[in-house]
Amino acid sequence: MTTIIANILIVSTIVFGVIFILVTAIGLIRLPDVYSRTHAASKSATLGVMFILLGVFLHFWLIEGHINTRILLGIVFLFITGPVGGHVIGRSAYLTGVKLWDKSVKDELAPVVAERKKQHEQNKT
Amino acid sequence: MMVFFWVMVILISLSMLAFIYRLIVGPSIPDRVVALDSLGVALICMIGLFSILVDTSFFLEIILLLAILAFIGTVAFSKFLEKGEIIQRDNDHS
Repeated sequence: MTTIIANILIVSTIVFGVIFILVTAIGLIRLPDVYSRTHAASKSATLGVMFILLGVFLHFWLIEGHINTRILLGIVFLFITGPVGGHVIGRSAYLTGVKLWDKSVKDELAPVVAERKKQHEQNKT
Repeated sequence: MMVFFWVMVILISLSMLAFIYRLIVGPSIPDRVVALDSLGVALICMIGLFSILVDTSFFLEIILLLAILAFIGTVAFSKFLEKGEIIQRDNDHS
């Protein structure tokens, strides 16, 4: 009875995580520009890998019977660094001048970047 | 149970094919970096599932190692794109 409940838990968490990884793949193929692709990759890939690692942890805990703390450490590390990596690569994409999608309606960072660039030029002269 | 884990491995490798498509096609360099980052994440999932499949817990250190390496690679590459160098020189002594 307990093994059935454990198997249901493991299967449901792993299926949830794999669905999120597939959503990431579809988003990386279908979305139009770098920023929306970064949005898809950082959020749903992070949640998917966290759920799969949670399923692996539950398998080793409930079936094999030992608690593996390195997987928990990996889950926490991925939760911290996944969105940070997405932010950093999106920022560098904007600053190196990758164009937005031509149907996007608002670019609130453009006047700020222009102002900074003007200040930089003044400081240099 | 084994069949279930094999099906999950096949689904993850299909999504890795999608990431490789974006890695080859992607029009700008940040596209390719995003694809490589999520390729590392999919590789972490594969290692977790394979450690269940071959029934050993010796592969689980590699999960943490790959997570750290993927993050360091992404940050280093985006800093290179932004500033042109990865480790900046001192400005104090000329």
